[in-house]
Amino acid sequence: MKLTGAQALIKSLEMEGTEVMFGLPGGAILPVYDPLIESSIRHILVRHEQGAGHMAEGYAHATGRPGVAMVTSGPAATNIVTPLADAYLDSIPLVVITGQVPLSVIGTDAFQECDTIGITMPVTKHNWLVTDPQEIPRIVREAFHVATTGRPGPVLIDFPKDIANQMMDWGWPELVDLPGYKPNLKGHPKQIKDAARLMSEAKRPVIYAGGGILKARAAEALLELAELTGIPVVTTLMARGAFPDRHELCLGMPGMHGNYTAITAIQRSDLLIALGSRFDDRVTGKVDGFAPDAKIIHVDIDPAELGKVRRPDVPIVGDCKNIIERLVKAVVADRAKHDWADISPWMETVRGWQRDFPLQYEQFEDGPLKPQFCIEAIRDHTPTDTIVASGVGQHQMWTSQHWRFDHPYTWVNSGGLGTMGFAIPAAIGAKVGRPDRTVWAIDGDGCFQMTAQELVTASAERIPIKVAILNNAYLGMVRQWQHLFYEERYSEVYLSPDLPDYVKWAEAMGCIAFRVDSPEDVVPTIEKANEIDDRPVVIDFRTDASENVYPMVPVGHSNDDVIVGPPAGEGSR
Amino acid sequence: MEQGTHHILSVLVENKFGVLTRVAGLFARRGYNIFSLAVSPTEDERYSRMTILVDGESAPIEQVTRQLNKLIPVISISELSAADAVERELMLVTIVAGQDARSQATELAAIFEAKILDVGYESMTLMVAGQPEKLDAMTDLLEPFGIVELQRTGRIALPKLSRQSSKLRVVKPGSA
Repeated sequence: MKLTGAQALIKSLEMEGTEVMFGLPGGAILPVYDPLIESSIRHILVRHEQGAGHMAEGYAHATGRPGVAMVTSGPAATNIVTPLADAYLDSIPLVVITGQVPLSVIGTDAFQECDTIGITMPVTKHNWLVTDPQEIPRIVREAFHVATTGRPGPVLIDFPKDIANQMMDWGWPELVDLPGYKPNLKGHPKQIKDAARLMSEAKRPVIYAGGGILKARAAEALLELAELTGIPVVTTLMARGAFPDRHELCLGMPGMHGNYTAITAIQRSDLLIALGSRFDDRVTGKVDGFAPDAKIIHVDIDPAELGKVRRPDVPIVGDCKNIIERLVKAVVADRAKHDWADISPWMETVRGWQRDFPLQYEQFEDGPLKPQFCIEAIRDHTPTDTIVASGVGQHQMWTSQHWRFDHPYTWVNSGGLGTMGFAIPAAIGAKVGRPDRTVWAIDGDGCFQMTAQELVTASAERIPIKVAILNNAYLGMVRQWQHLFYEERYSEVYLSPDLPDYVKWAEAMGCIAFRVDSPEDVVPTIEKANEIDDRPVVIDFRTDASENVYPMVPVGHSNDDVIVGPPAGEGSR
Repeated sequence: MEQGTHHILSVLVENKFGVLTRVAGLFARRGYNIFSLAVSPTEDERYSRMTILVDGESAPIEQVTRQLNKLIPVISISELSAADAVERELMLVTIVAGQDARSQATELAAIFEAKILDVGYESMTLMVAGQPEKLDAMTDLLEPFGIVELQRTGRIALPKLSRQSSKLRVVKPGSA
């Protein structure tokens, strides 16, 4: 069968099971948009290429399937670099296709030409320039394989226009042959045994669960391990939902804005069982002072993570699900032979911290609206399997702290790169992937202004997401640092609460919009929003600008220095 | 770079366009310096071998090899410490050597087993192969003549045989 390169590309994407792609056409990618008309693939036309990338990420977060985006060359390719970098740091499987000028003019500074392969090399797991239409099926097959196996990540295929127009003989490769790419999933049996041995001796163990649990679909295995051993679990920002918050062994989020118990349990532990986590600086604080007495078991599918920050006592390379399941067996076997250390005094200590240092904020009846109150109200008036997406900043930390994540794949956020403007497009992508779920974007006013135009996409495509803007009229997290570390010298952080008018703006984009100023209107408005299911809804919550995120470990400090809450008098009543 | 602190990475890669950029880019992004680099196809034309010399003091070799292993076109990496390798390098050097100095230069070339590749009225080009230290020594001794131009290939290396060969560490993708 003879196909054009463009037809072969679309057919290859179909062969890989692509149901949806997010994109925006342009000159160099034009030929590929033609056979798309006959394709089974649903194409969602975005308003900016960055939106396409984040939607694909949101889709991948919520479904576990690779997100697919397609854009043209030059500026479109550079616009999608941010989502690629975001997906690279958070290990999100993406397949991005960029148009390219014809091979015959590459290197001549042609119109809308840029070195996409060169630009995206440091932010992709791998990328390919197609130089022969006959290679298309093989490259697409390899691209999906690389994106979704091992440590997942974004890949990019750069597709020159003349390749799209040339003819090729269609054939689908049954196997992927990449001699330099063989992820090790299995782990070493002796190391797994050693890990069980270390666990048996630990008096103050903590499981430090990271995003790798979710990537490996290992949430159930983790639950089994925790319940079998009684070891408490902290879930990092990327792992919220990997272990249910309602579970008595769940200590919640550690790190710079984690809760006191999660931070301190790690800090005082004598054994850290790191599962798919990478000792990120936002978790460790000052590395020298991090969990000083702890031995480390580190499980990760990426060998380069083991010893990158902290040298493990027992390193295990492998897929988290596989390793945890075998670790469970190893624990059972070890217990049959040896007595395990008693961790009940440790758990009593941990319970004491939970009792003495809960998350705190206060919503006064006639006082300004507290952002945490809004988040908890949304949480309490939506189904427990609601998917929540956030941008980056104070609202993100409050959402991670105050939401109750009881199910995996319900938290969609930008962890590693910290990409402002992530929430709206990511929520759209998540809703496309899981139309059966309620999807809320909890966003800040600064973030909202970066990617809000994608609500036009949501309206046009009838993707009914719900958006809560926690509008404190500031770039809040920057304001918080200026408040705490720059003697309240506020530099370029004020945004105004009503410029733009968020309600009018949302309405202009085809959404239904509400404004909430006072605590008593919060719940009724959320309920109104919940009734709307045919278009996006936006609620402009006017929140207290002086509210800061606590607890906080100041940057450069060790996790011994947790600031639990605001000094007396901070925040408005 | 001091003798003995360097590591030699012998990296087998797919023989495709752009692979050198991927490898070099990885070093650049992490601020590691490549001291010398030699690339050529192997006996199997699908693959090339890169011999990369890095300073073990400034670059954490374990991280470097693990990060290199993550590159899709990298097939395998052998890491050699200086003590475990036989290393050779080739140097071409043009020196000032008119009539009166020519015989002296020829004598020196004989001592170092260098070859005379080209002779002009006022200069001469020599070729010498050997251990990098030998090339350093010869460069020092040629200095008084006046060096017009000098080029070295960078090292190539293979593991020492016999008892030492067990120290060759083949880093396979995915191994801890």
